Amino acid sequence: MEKKIMIKVDNVSMRFNLSSEKFDSFKEYVIKTLKKQVSVEEFWALQDVSFELREGEALGLIGLNGSGKSTMLKTIAGVLKPTKGSVSVNGSVAPLIELGAGFDMDLTAAENVYLNGALLGYPRKEMEKHYNDIVEFSELHDFMNVPVKNFSSGMVSRLAFAISTIGTPDILIVDEVLSVGDFRFQEKCEQRIQAMIDKGTTILFVSHSIQQVRRICNKIVWLDHGHMKRWGDADEICDEYERS
Amino acid sequence: MSAYIQNFKRFQPLLQELVSRDIKIKYRRSVLGVLWTLLNPLFMMIVLSVVFSNLFKYNMDNFPLYVMSGQVIFNFYSDATTSSMSSIIGSASLIKKIYVPKYLFVISRVFSSFINLMASFTAFILVMIVLRTELHWTMFLVPIPLFMLVVFSLGIGLILSAITVKFRDIMHLYSVFITALMYLTPVIYPMSLLPGLVRVVVQINPITNYLQMFRDVMLYNNLPSVQGILLGLAEAAIAMVVGLYVFYKNQDGFILNL
Repeated sequence: MEKKIMIKVDNVSMRFNLSSEKFDSFKEYVIKTLKKQVSVEEFWALQDVSFELREGEALGLIGLNGSGKSTMLKTIAGVLKPTKGSVSVNGSVAPLIELGAGFDMDLTAAENVYLNGALLGYPRKEMEKHYNDIVEFSELHDFMNVPVKNFSSGMVSRLAFAISTIGTPDILIVDEVLSVGDFRFQEKCEQRIQAMIDKGTTILFVSHSIQQVRRICNKIVWLDHGHMKRWGDADEICDEYERS
Repeated sequence: MSAYIQNFKRFQPLLQELVSRDIKIKYRRSVLGVLWTLLNPLFMMIVLSVVFSNLFKYNMDNFPLYVMSGQVIFNFYSDATTSSMSSIIGSASLIKKIYVPKYLFVISRVFSSFINLMASFTAFILVMIVLRTELHWTMFLVPIPLFMLVVFSLGIGLILSAITVKFRDIMHLYSVFITALMYLTPVIYPMSLLPGLVRVVVQINPITNYLQMFRDVMLYNNLPSVQGILLGLAEAAIAMVVGLYVFYKNQDGFILNL
């Protein structure tokens, strides 16, 4: 039986306007309009990328810096709207919020658990059920009543990871978060991701570490300067990528 | 449309968390904590009533209460719009990382301001009791002007927040504008004091209308006029529709300018 398509990316292109057009203030806008300096310098972060992802697959996005990986993830997460083309997503998406971007630094870890849960669309009651699990996984028992601003970056990302991976989201987006934290915790995270894959969660994974990608993913999209270079099974593309 | 409503429902817990965060952070590390929401306006009003019952004396009953009621209403408007103006920029790090309906940030700011309004309203009633002013039954109609004021402020807040993302200096302009607007609202002076033309200008100001309705029911035992209500509703509706339109049109561009 064909598995359900979870994410379908259809001829997506994303255009950014570069700095010459960007102005922060009304004054600048008026002056630049008068001087006719509002030139638009275009930059295509993604061009004509299409692929699809079926239920239970784990897709790795690879490519060098600036190849458009993060832009791709953002269009899938709904943060960016593609200039052309369309992205359709079936099911709930849990973005692994990069280094706790969803945290309010002045709130304590415990309060941030609820805030972050709400960002992911979980009501307070639901979060209460998962609370112990989150504390357990992040190993922050003694620090739950400390404001997050006093946390180290490793602690922040541990907490962020624990929160994002509660429940069973249909799709989990992982954006290079695993590169922080110590070796043991990285392993723990990978185990958890593996467990989620086994439960049928679809994974979208970005990493520079090709070994990690190889371990976790079974499909790969290789981006190069905004173009899709390859799309297919993990092993052969990984080999090719390492050779290049 | 139903997709929008569903989306709103999904993120309703977030709205609650955002509002409670705003309140918590404001009074973090203060001994009396949330009690300050009540104490702050109360002290403010004591100062005002001392100043205005001794220094400035217009020929008017209960002048301190007149000024306080003006403060309660105007401060809400000023607080709600100013804080929603920076709501999108302030949440930049979030908006860049995950999908959240962006109007939530504006609504949460207006809600937090509304909670402050409720606190200062309670303080206002306490002062009324202490000053032994008569409490009128018409007081129970106070939700009418307050509701219109909240909708109006939300609409303006949406417009401002959307524009501020593109033009940051609107923030500085607006703080000047707010000061001007305060003097164009009968907060500290009675309407009867104004000469012809200025009076017309002050009367056009939508907040004047809301404030007068508020004073009518709170202080003067008057029912708000039908005319006033209709005008107020129309202004609130227009602000809201324009706000939603401007916000909706611009929201996809936010991320490019944050």
